[in-house]
Amino acid sequence: MSFFGNVQLAPPVAVFKLSADFRADENPQKINLGVGAYRDDDGKPWVLPVVSKVEKQIASDSSLNHEYLPIKGLPEFCEAATKLALGDSKTISEGRAAGVQTLSGTGALRLAADFLFQTFPAETTVLYSNPTWGNHLDIFKRAGFKNLAPYSYWSGDIKAADISKFVSDLQSAPDRSIILFHSCAHNPTGADPSAEQWNQLAEVVRAKNHFPIFDTAYQGFASGDPDKDAAALRSFADAGFEMMICQSFAKNFGLYNERCGNLVTITQTSQILDNVRSQQELIVRANYSNPPAHGARIVANVLNTPDLASEWRQNIKQMSDRIDLMRNELRGRLEKLGTPGQWNHITDQIGMFSFTGLNPDQCNFLKNERSCYLMSNGRISMAGLNSKNIDYFAQCVDEAVRKIQ
Amino acid sequence: MSFFGNVQLAPPVAVFKLSADFRADENPKKINLGVGAYRDDDGKPWVLPVVSKVEKQIALDSSLNHEYLPIKGLPEFCDAATKLALGESKCVSEDRAAGVQTLSGTGALRLAADFLFQTFPAETTVLYSNPTWGNHLDIFKRAGFKNLAPYSYWSGDIKAADVSKFVSDLEAAPDRSIILFHSCAHNPTGADPSAEQWEQLAQVVRAKNHFPIFDTAYQGFASGNPDKDAAALRSFADAGFEMMICQSFAKNFGLYNERCGNLVTITQTAQILDNVRSQQELIVRANYSNPPAHGARIVSTVLNTPELNAEWRQNIKEMSDRIDLMRNELRSRLEKLGTPGQWNHVTDQIGMFSFTGLNPDQCNFLKNERSCYLMSNGRISMAGLNSKNIDYFAQCVDEAVRKIQ
Repeated sequence: MSFFGNVQLAPPVAVFKLSADFRADENPQKINLGVGAYRDDDGKPWVLPVVSKVEKQIASDSSLNHEYLPIKGLPEFCEAATKLALGDSKTISEGRAAGVQTLSGTGALRLAADFLFQTFPAETTVLYSNPTWGNHLDIFKRAGFKNLAPYSYWSGDIKAADISKFVSDLQSAPDRSIILFHSCAHNPTGADPSAEQWNQLAEVVRAKNHFPIFDTAYQGFASGDPDKDAAALRSFADAGFEMMICQSFAKNFGLYNERCGNLVTITQTSQILDNVRSQQELIVRANYSNPPAHGARIVANVLNTPDLASEWRQNIKQMSDRIDLMRNELRGRLEKLGTPGQWNHITDQIGMFSFTGLNPDQCNFLKNERSCYLMSNGRISMAGLNSKNIDYFAQCVDEAVRKIQ
Repeated sequence: MSFFGNVQLAPPVAVFKLSADFRADENPKKINLGVGAYRDDDGKPWVLPVVSKVEKQIALDSSLNHEYLPIKGLPEFCDAATKLALGESKCVSEDRAAGVQTLSGTGALRLAADFLFQTFPAETTVLYSNPTWGNHLDIFKRAGFKNLAPYSYWSGDIKAADVSKFVSDLEAAPDRSIILFHSCAHNPTGADPSAEQWEQLAQVVRAKNHFPIFDTAYQGFASGNPDKDAAALRSFADAGFEMMICQSFAKNFGLYNERCGNLVTITQTAQILDNVRSQQELIVRANYSNPPAHGARIVSTVLNTPELNAEWRQNIKEMSDRIDLMRNELRSRLEKLGTPGQWNHVTDQIGMFSFTGLNPDQCNFLKNERSCYLMSNGRISMAGLNSKNIDYFAQCVDEAVRKIQ
């Protein structure tokens, strides 16, 4: 009799199921618009030239070894990552803001969730955007939170974020709730608040004593400029909030599989920060002891070497520009085809994704009948489009919109 | 008013505090016998030559990119790691045994604990050796287990494992308890059961329907031969047990900081294994999404390439031989000095550590007065000894034993 006879087969993770179906499809015109990983104009993964260069340096550097990193990670990485997020914010020089190296963005979110669950009252509400990245809910649930609630965000009517509804949901939430913000390039909608709207959000956060966490997975991808993309982070930090920032280097360094991230915590005093970080260390220790070096070494090297840092910024701009080009090209084609509906949201939206507004039936048609693989909420990864497939995709969208309601 | 005003400063992790004190010590004769990481005869970290070679290959291989690994990890790594543990065991070819890539041994233990906690009754007892690696308890506690209990293991009287007491503790435990075994090179005692004793243990596990987990952090270090060191694993697997194996490649590949491990689960049927692994995937997804590639690529390349594999086995033998040499050298010096007590345990014990039998006062003397840094339970990492420092250490031990009782 097995110990595991009652264990259920879990449903596959949607975005990976999509990729698996894509791989199995033999249609030469197939397009994968699912997972948010950058692709070049040939539809291929792109290792950033600056990353490739540094990896070769690391491999031939005989002064490096594989001794355990500190539990909180590679110090020069954490400092550089924190500085990338917060710039010259006083919080850093005052010793009130610092980073713990994590397993990419997911790991930062989970460390944040685990720490907050052991620190905040168990019934604390965690608010997440409607819609949001699917894994957000799973992470906070696994950490123990029972009260999770969506805040209004995407409005299908205006095909944009309805910030006034967002603000009122934060207003009606219990005081001292945890609010999961996307600092830029919102996933999946691509709709970001304006600077003014961020100020409105800051006001209600302050009034309600909420605790903000910023998921920062796309810094550099929103505008092509990492500092511009960090505006909301720096604004909240300078306004004196205690907060957390969950940074991922998967996308902006193309280091998806090396799991490189950073959890920044900002507190009122540096003593409190030391206490907080010591508790975060214990959480890390009982999870995986200490983080993996390879990705952090690459990022640290690049960010801390002026020529490499500017080369990196050029690499990011290259990715961001190609995505912008695809946005323009897709919108241009749909408008030229006279596809029913408005299509300005495609160029209004920011970052890796576009929330097309296609409904589940239309999405299924695209997937099953036309080999265009996208998420059933209508999200497409813009990086999956290129000069070779964009005509086909635009035609398919046109067909789907006309044929299916 | 801070959200975190009540957060306590956590005590530092003992073994890292020891290393920090060591680093701060200015005594040129200082010796670090704390953390279990291999050192060469000059007291320096040692990057395995085969690892260094493969890292250069990987950095130059333009066919490689950094796309996400599957949630369960790099398949060729998991297959090779599982085969390293289980050899030609039928359970592998019958698809009843397979691995999930994890964040080194700690990550494998935590994934095992998280999965077992959601699968077994909440009140299930987890039994761990007395003494054991400190982090074992923290891992299982954080996963949610409330009933943790030690099983008798080390006997100070005989300076060895008292396996008959071990067996009776397993007998007295509730049925269907989880038993945390060390498959070889027990940490911290270095005392391993004989093949016959493993049979006795298997008998009581079967009679009581216990679930065995094997912490396998030192495969290759016990005898110098990885297959010999896997004897207990293969014996249990072939006896038909459902079980888990938590593998670390930190020590036997010197890849401490790349966090490379594997969790093998063996179940009664292939279908059950699929169900189990699908649930393990969900746990991973909400923790860190998918594992880091670098370490797994290195291990996979080595294990799957015959010449590299043979070179690796030589590298392991070199480490294991040097440790054995230090054991012999230490024992003979103590016997030559006529240091009171028996010292055969220093050579009887196996693997990275020796449980010297020194008491906390003697350990403090060694640390504070003689700059010999060891754990207060008397554990020394043999790799910290070398031809340059062994005379000094032997003299200090002799002094401690004579001066302090």
